[in-house]
Amino acid sequence: MPRMTVNGEAVDAAAEPRLLLSDFLRHTLGLTGTHVGCEHGVCGACTVLIDGRPARSCLALAVQCEGAEVVTVEGLEEGVLHAAFRRHFALQCGFCTAGILMSLTAFLRETPRPTEREVREVLSGHLCRCTGYTPIVAAALDAADA
Amino acid sequence: MTGGERVEDRALLGGRGRFIDDLPAPPRTLHAAILRSPHAHAQLGSISAPDGVRLFTGPEIAAGLRPFIAALRAPMRHFPVATDKARYVGEPVAVVLAEDRYRAEDALELVEVEYEPLPAVVSPSAAIAEGAPLLHEAAGTNLANRRRFSYGDPEGAFAAADRRFAIEVSYPRSAVTPIECFGLIAAWDPDADAFEVTAPFQGPFALHPVMAAALGVPANRLRLRTPPDSGGSFGIKQGLAPYIVLMAAIARLAGRPVKWIEDRLEHLTAAGSATNRETRLEAAVMSDGRVTALRYTQLEDCGAYIKAPEPATLYRMHGAMTGAYDIPNLEVENSIAVTNKTPSGLNRGFGGPQVYFALERLMHRIADGLGLDRLEVLRRNLVREMPHRTASGALYDSGDFGAVVDLARTAIDELRARRAAARAEGRLYGVGLAAAVEPTVSNMGYITTVLEHEDRLAGGLKNGALAAATVAIDPHGGVTVTGDSIPQGQGHRTVLAEVVAGVFGLAPADIRVVTEFDSARDAWSIAAGNYSCRFAPAVAGTAWRAARTLRGRLARLAAARLDLPLEDIRFEGGMVGAGPGREVPFARLAGLAHWSPGTLPQGVEPALRATEFWTPPELGPPDAEDRINGSAAYGFIFDACGVEVDADTGRVRIDRYVTAHDAGRLLHRPMADGQVRGSLSNAVGAALFEAFVYDGAGQPLAGTFADYPPPTACETPDPEILHLESPSPFTPLGAKGIGEGNTMSAPACIANAVADALGVDDLELPLTPARVAALIP
Ligand code: FES
Ligand code: FES
Repeated sequence: MPRMTVNGEAVDAAAEPRLLLSDFLRHTLGLTGTHVGCEHGVCGACTVLIDGRPARSCLALAVQCEGAEVVTVEGLEEGVLHAAFRRHFALQCGFCTAGILMSLTAFLRETPRPTEREVREVLSGHLCRCTGYTPIVAAALDAADA
Repeated sequence: MTGGERVEDRALLGGRGRFIDDLPAPPRTLHAAILRSPHAHAQLGSISAPDGVRLFTGPEIAAGLRPFIAALRAPMRHFPVATDKARYVGEPVAVVLAEDRYRAEDALELVEVEYEPLPAVVSPSAAIAEGAPLLHEAAGTNLANRRRFSYGDPEGAFAAADRRFAIEVSYPRSAVTPIECFGLIAAWDPDADAFEVTAPFQGPFALHPVMAAALGVPANRLRLRTPPDSGGSFGIKQGLAPYIVLMAAIARLAGRPVKWIEDRLEHLTAAGSATNRETRLEAAVMSDGRVTALRYTQLEDCGAYIKAPEPATLYRMHGAMTGAYDIPNLEVENSIAVTNKTPSGLNRGFGGPQVYFALERLMHRIADGLGLDRLEVLRRNLVREMPHRTASGALYDSGDFGAVVDLARTAIDELRARRAAARAEGRLYGVGLAAAVEPTVSNMGYITTVLEHEDRLAGGLKNGALAAATVAIDPHGGVTVTGDSIPQGQGHRTVLAEVVAGVFGLAPADIRVVTEFDSARDAWSIAAGNYSCRFAPAVAGTAWRAARTLRGRLARLAAARLDLPLEDIRFEGGMVGAGPGREVPFARLAGLAHWSPGTLPQGVEPALRATEFWTPPELGPPDAEDRINGSAAYGFIFDACGVEVDADTGRVRIDRYVTAHDAGRLLHRPMADGQVRGSLSNAVGAALFEAFVYDGAGQPLAGTFADYPPPTACETPDPEILHLESPSPFTPLGAKGIGEGNTMSAPACIANAVADALGVDDLELPLTPARVAALIP
């Protein structure tokens, strides 16, 4: 029974010890905005914030998050980054998007004026098959500029 | 062209998309896990599990099924699960059900299968060699089909040629792997003996009757629905078809709904991929660089079964084997082999990369061999007059290929200057070019080119490509649109809203587009689905026609109501009529049609719902000489790139990539560019990183994204995209597809640049650092 907050709300739901955080969020709590693309830590789709830091929820167990503050895409405020994604057509199927938003949110908080190189390096922890990344890079730089 | 923000994005950015694994499952749903063969080739013995495991073995499952119908009548029975032998690693041999996915995977561990391993055959040339182990004993051979085609006078042209050039290439297997894997929910209704399956299947719906036939029910008893969102497909989700049949069969056996979500290991080993192909291509060439004939010998590897719609990969390009060039003489020998590998299927570019890699590499070598400028040789051979009938029957519809090439001229000069500067410093820098024709809206008859004409006649000549769309207007003037393409991220809702809003003089926000597909309620035919770039040219155009039909009805109603001549009626700014004082609100007019159908003028059809079907008349069946116009429209692409090869590591860096397109009329420029960037990034993967490699025993060596590495933001170039728009005379809106072109052209373009950088002739994809380092002089 991990106690944690998810998107600011205390959750109190049972989790078997082996339950992945990604499955706990998606199937136990119904927060299906976090996506699963590989379950081996490469694609980045499942990225959430654990205590403010981006983490792959497919590599964490729900019970490991005892006491943690977890934020998922549903918990992000719709702000400049979202608007920049829309303006730059930075998503197509949208399956990779949640993870990318989580990583960029944490990154832009720490690096408010990034270079293109730095943005690309952060994004290299995520796979997107649809966009060719350029519009995502543009959206991130645009949001940083705002 | 409008090009506004996408209506899809708010929900997706907020985490409110609804993908297959997000949907609520019906009560009492059980979760499936599939037991897959660890052997590439093995005789199956007994399959057992302890009591309490809900196990369904291949023979049990297949007992309730019929083998899949295939385009080729070779005796190679295919079920969605192995029955007698396993023929590739990852082939399903049994299914277990449990209360959740974790328990289902636990149960898999308890299943015991007796395998008697058999020798496997991995390469297609080995498979068709004398004495090779047979995959399908009943067929007596691994050569599923061989056909020879001759158009014009290739022998004469070769005899008269000044020079001959030839190339042999072996194109590897790869796939644009969507980030969302397969998944589905299947249920069986015992009272109606009917199935209902929800899955992000992308079509073609020619497979719907194939699936129903395998389940032994009429097609109206297989209701197929798609979730609102799909996490990419790029062709691969056509491969859901066997799983739809498999899980529907299990739902019937179990009497419970079944949910199955594929994992990445399953996807990379068993979902499917493009074909690998061995090609020998020879050209008859005049000393000025004019190519007068081509001779292809192609050996296609479809994997363990020729799974419908295969062998379509081999025949999709058949009408366009001369690419962007005007080459009157052509000879083709096509052979199709089965091997102990995963069955192939649809994938972005579908048959294009294999052809263009050979053809564009050869064009490069012809120029070098003649000591001529590569761009000049390419340009000299381009098709000039439009429309153009190719030797093998394609009808290129519109465009000025030379003008598209010229768009990139300054960029090429600049690339050559960069090369000169880099070489002056001793760096390895190369420039590559490639031209390609991108076929869009597939002729449903092209696959039958694989058959002898008598067999085609006996089976009935197949042709055309029906697209369907429905537009409805409600009593408040709200407009709803549906179409028979299933979006996998291409913003269909945005484009259809803009197209239909334009017809009615409304704002796109007034239009609601519903893209969840339901085979029981939507208008569709066998060509339905999201493939061969048919959305913009066919489906959007058909929706436009349906909207025009309703506009015609409303115009007559408005004319009668306002007492105006019909010609004066305009639709603008939400009003219908002839300007202030002589117009009615669109919504009012719609209300009238609903509330007062009795007072409509004579001859005006009362319904405000129109479904239109459209098929391009240019799409005839293959003729007696095997000429086939495989697609309704043909876009053109010209690519140029500069690459630098790291002399120490062999790493290839794409320095600059320029891509010029003519895709007819562009319906939404930013999304068209999005398709270009996406397909180019997929091609970069195929050219530099990705391949499904098998060892000699047929074991796949890639099971994770670490061993099958798609390019990241650090390896993907930011292309310069140029457009010319020559509307197609053959599609309703003049649009052609644009989503596949660079997957066809770019592997060849990048390889040409690497060949130029290294000064070598023979290259094999992917150009991994190890492979390239070995070639550095
Ligand atoms: S699902 Fe977690 S990294 Fe891919
Ligand atoms: S938008 Fe489809 S994977 Fe990134």
